[in-house]
Amino acid sequence: MKNTATRQAWKTDFPVFADRNLVFLDSAASAQKPAVVLDAMREFDAHSYANIHRGVYKLSETATAAYEGARAKVGTFLGAASEREIIFTRGATEAVNLVANSFARPRLAPGDEILITHLEHHANIVPWQLVCEQTGAVLKVAPITDRGEVDLEAFASLLGPRTRLAAFAHVSNALGTVNPVTEMTAMAHAQGVPVLVDGAQAVPHLPVDVQEIGCDFYVFSGHKLYGPTGIGALYGKQEHLEAMPPWQGGGDMILSVTFAGTTYAPAPGKFEAGTPNITGAVGLGAAIDYLEGLGWPAITAHQEDLQAHAEPLLRGIDGLRLIGEPTRRAGLFSFVMDGIHPHDVGTFLAAENIAVRSGHHCAQPVMERFGVPATTRASVGLYNTREDLDALHAALLRMKEFFDA
Amino acid sequence: MSELRDLYQQLVLDHGRHPRNKHAMDQCADGAQCCHTEGYNPLCGDKLTLYAKVRGDVIEDLSFEGEGCAIFTASTSMLTEVLKGRKVSEIRGILDEFLEMLTSGEKEPDPEGLGKLAVFGGVKDFPARVKCATLPWRALEIILESVDGDTVAGSPVATEDD
Repeated sequence: MKNTATRQAWKTDFPVFADRNLVFLDSAASAQKPAVVLDAMREFDAHSYANIHRGVYKLSETATAAYEGARAKVGTFLGAASEREIIFTRGATEAVNLVANSFARPRLAPGDEILITHLEHHANIVPWQLVCEQTGAVLKVAPITDRGEVDLEAFASLLGPRTRLAAFAHVSNALGTVNPVTEMTAMAHAQGVPVLVDGAQAVPHLPVDVQEIGCDFYVFSGHKLYGPTGIGALYGKQEHLEAMPPWQGGGDMILSVTFAGTTYAPAPGKFEAGTPNITGAVGLGAAIDYLEGLGWPAITAHQEDLQAHAEPLLRGIDGLRLIGEPTRRAGLFSFVMDGIHPHDVGTFLAAENIAVRSGHHCAQPVMERFGVPATTRASVGLYNTREDLDALHAALLRMKEFFDA
Repeated sequence: MSELRDLYQQLVLDHGRHPRNKHAMDQCADGAQCCHTEGYNPLCGDKLTLYAKVRGDVIEDLSFEGEGCAIFTASTSMLTEVLKGRKVSEIRGILDEFLEMLTSGEKEPDPEGLGKLAVFGGVKDFPARVKCATLPWRALEIILESVDGDTVAGSPVATEDD
């Protein structure tokens, strides 16, 4: 259904490619923005901007409607039961920290457990380590297999009577693995354990329905979804959000304040102290509109086409080893080259106008698991074409010659 | 491509592939002072232990263990090769000149003073890679400090904030 002409059309939606010859294969770190997102933000800032939830004047009402409209778009995008289950945050990291501090910490006693997996991004490790240190709880880690998939049997066996929360990625940012999150959530719920899913790498690649997954919390960042930085969202089941105490205090999260005490606003306001990233929310809303305009069938077909094209090319390079060979992969390949360090790979490719990421991808335990200091990661987005992957392939072959490896 | 050639000159590629003096150093038993210090660049995974054998005002021997990229490996290998057997005062001059070449845009390096270490001049055009080349030299700085005083080399260094 998708032909090359359509994909080229998508590329022209992104101004960054207009004035340079760039093969951008680092969308898993942060995606480029289409003109419609940039325009929506500029338009909003120029003509519709004021602080929200305060003024009775027209401009403030317009701004409030735009901000709340973006919340409704995120709610629909994630399949939430109500937009009141969507809290705007700075990104996925802040959303995990919010749940760690407001949901987990009050429920943790010494000896209680939080279960994560070995393939998590540092953002889904460190916040849990912090609350464990504060409460005497213990962080448990479900192992992964040599293919880079969560060992589900081990995961199930680690769900115990002391487990207070399970937190895992929907898609691994270092390996590309798509975790069976619906199944994992059901396993946790069978033990009465609530679940947080880190969707930062998933939302650009697959349609997400939080009610189908059944998870209690779902987090993502706008900048990986072709939106701006500094905005992201937490989905939380209403019953949890109502029971959770606020985690930051300030304006806009209260009903009334006296020195004797303060009454908090209901969710989502309770968790959005201070003036939020209003323009960022508008940009995120525009990014979601853009994606929905393209449609999921076309987006996933495009990504599957790129993956199917890339995999044999990479496997065909002598001395290249893929790190992570999951059954279901979303949007990225991690690899190492015999005799060439990932940072030399990154520098060589950069000189050929190919942008990839070299490093540990904020997932040092994954690197340790596979016995490598770092990997090179090539990740695709809407604007990539088969030609981009051909360019990567050709450059890697030239690189081997250059380094005589 | 020519910028790449400036970065990865033949000498750099050679030392990157076949590092010299890459081995641990035993404790000295003959009155010399042996010390080592560690260096890490946690973000890229560069890991280094630099060993030195000092007698009087001469660094008699230098060696290292560690893994990292070609720039890091070559820089460390050539450091040990070029500086072995030299006087501490002389080494200090080369160290300053080398770091100056890579970290300051002000002054043209003196290739005569640096000898073949001048091949790393091209690294300056790749800001993200400067830390790879400087890590062993920062470790050497710590060793020189310990040679001066009574302190024992040990506190690990990192050049990731360079």
